Amino acid sequence: MIKRILTTGNEAIGHGAIYAGCRHFFGYPITPQNQCTEFFAGELPKIGGVFVQSESETASINMVYGAAAAGVRAMTSTASVGFSLMQEGISHIAMAELPCVVVNVQRGGPGMGTTQTAQMDYLQVTKGGGHGGYRNIVLAPASVKECFEFIQLAFYLADKYRNLVLVLSDGIIAEMAESIELRTLEFDSLPEKDWALKGKAHKGGRRDFISCSNLLTRPTRDGLKVLGDKFHEIEANEVRYENYMTEDANFILVAYGSSARISKEAVDIARSEGFKVGLIRPITLWPFPYKPIKDLTSHANKFLVVEDGLEQMIEDVRCAVEGRGEVYFLGGTARHLPGPGGMIFPDRVIEEVKKLT
Amino acid sequence: MKKNKKEKIKVYGRPRLKKDLPLMYCPGCHYGIITSLLAEVIEEMDIEGDTIGVSSVGCTFINTQYFDLDFIDSAHGRSPAVATGIKHAHFGKPIVFNIQGDGDLAAIGMGCIINAINRFEKITTIFLNNANYGTTGGQLAPTTLLGQKTTTTPDGRDPKTAGFPIHIAEFLSNLKGVAYSARCAVNTPANYNRAKKALKVAFQKQIDGVGYSIVEFLSACPGSWRLTASEAMKRIAEEMIPEYPLGEFKNVERII
Repeated sequence: MIKRILTTGNEAIGHGAIYAGCRHFFGYPITPQNQCTEFFAGELPKIGGVFVQSESETASINMVYGAAAAGVRAMTSTASVGFSLMQEGISHIAMAELPCVVVNVQRGGPGMGTTQTAQMDYLQVTKGGGHGGYRNIVLAPASVKECFEFIQLAFYLADKYRNLVLVLSDGIIAEMAESIELRTLEFDSLPEKDWALKGKAHKGGRRDFISCSNLLTRPTRDGLKVLGDKFHEIEANEVRYENYMTEDANFILVAYGSSARISKEAVDIARSEGFKVGLIRPITLWPFPYKPIKDLTSHANKFLVVEDGLEQMIEDVRCAVEGRGEVYFLGGTARHLPGPGGMIFPDRVIEEVKKLT
Repeated sequence: MKKNKKEKIKVYGRPRLKKDLPLMYCPGCHYGIITSLLAEVIEEMDIEGDTIGVSSVGCTFINTQYFDLDFIDSAHGRSPAVATGIKHAHFGKPIVFNIQGDGDLAAIGMGCIINAINRFEKITTIFLNNANYGTTGGQLAPTTLLGQKTTTTPDGRDPKTAGFPIHIAEFLSNLKGVAYSARCAVNTPANYNRAKKALKVAFQKQIDGVGYSIVEFLSACPGSWRLTASEAMKRIAEEMIPEYPLGEFKNVERII
């Protein structure tokens, strides 16, 4: 019998991780992801797993680095400010090619910003954040169900490519409750982690060395090629997106996460009023769906990026459109309240669509 | 009995766990001796099959190449957290040790090691104190001696502007989670043998699950000290040991 529960985005991440076989969580409290950390603290010990509360996000990500090197499915979760502290560790994980999952529940920024929802980390999560020009796969759930499923997908992709996978949530997705079915997703089989550190006695006496450096393990140029080839392979195979009523649309909304939920509702209302509006929702923010957006320029010439913050994703949308249409932005200044609790409502999106049509 | 003069008896050699690679350390550096010592101890304790090493940046990073053991390197100062991840990944089973220099442990990573100890991790830290940042050319470290010239204290360390030498083995022994803390040197055969005993006790504390163990080594760094190997050896005896006394600072059988 399939079990159906009512849960929040934060807790769905926890459920998804357990269904993915993750038994190791390392985290530090920060709003608005605390329910996520607390979920693991409560649930993992019950099933023989390990929860460690670190002293900082810097430590969390380095614990994940160690656990991933030991060959287990390990993760951490944080919110924007803490994600900044993890950049050093994430860069080292990229070099050591360690498969692991990091959740960033976005809050307002920059700086301490606010403790409430925003979408202001796009450039940081998609363009690196740490030094060295690495890439992380970034999955952006727009529902509680997707929080549950994308964590499972994240662990699969991490193991497939030996790469860090980020799940980019936000305060709204994290705290809203929806009904989900608890089930294990099926994926292709994965190679054995024969490189993992277990102690020589546990792998026939063979010694393994994992390094976050090119200095002693391989020539620098070879190291660059390994990483570059992997990033290109991911770009070729893992682009994910959702088209919603775009077939005949001449006006396209582009949004991810909570803004995509809002934009979808705006499309429904605008359609009922006779406007040919559609939505394309990037599901992977990296690799970004450049071509699917470009393809829409065959019949659409206006693109409105809805992102709850300052202009960030618009840079990738402009790249995708390649001058074949106008690209506009509706962001955090369109929120209904001046304080941190404000949000962009569908009516405000429709108002913008009408203004631009 | 008549002795056969041609018969050669090997009394000492390269430890089996130390790979036969060219020495990458500077002439007179103690890191090579300490690496051999560690390899000897792990070999004699017969724990190589379950032991995983974690190194850090700088010259401790070179260590990773010598040990015929599972090994990983890590970001500057973060190896206690990486060791924590490895230890927990295998539910506490492996024997995990990390090697940290003085800038790594006592400057950028001080918070990391204090918290690893305070979380009551069962890890063994090998702390290499050479009183400066060796790899980067000899800058001030938290452990630099008063008056010691470094490239960032060209007139010698003045406590008014650069503070004081920090005594890690004593300092960390104050934490409840520490089962064993000692300071050693490898400048004489006697000190080498004492260090070997200390390392064995340190690993045994981890194996027995008593708590965190740390062994600090006073280590010569002639390259960045701008001294000859023999002058550097002299500094260990005449300047380092008076400031950083050798010995055990904590050795408990039980913490909880």
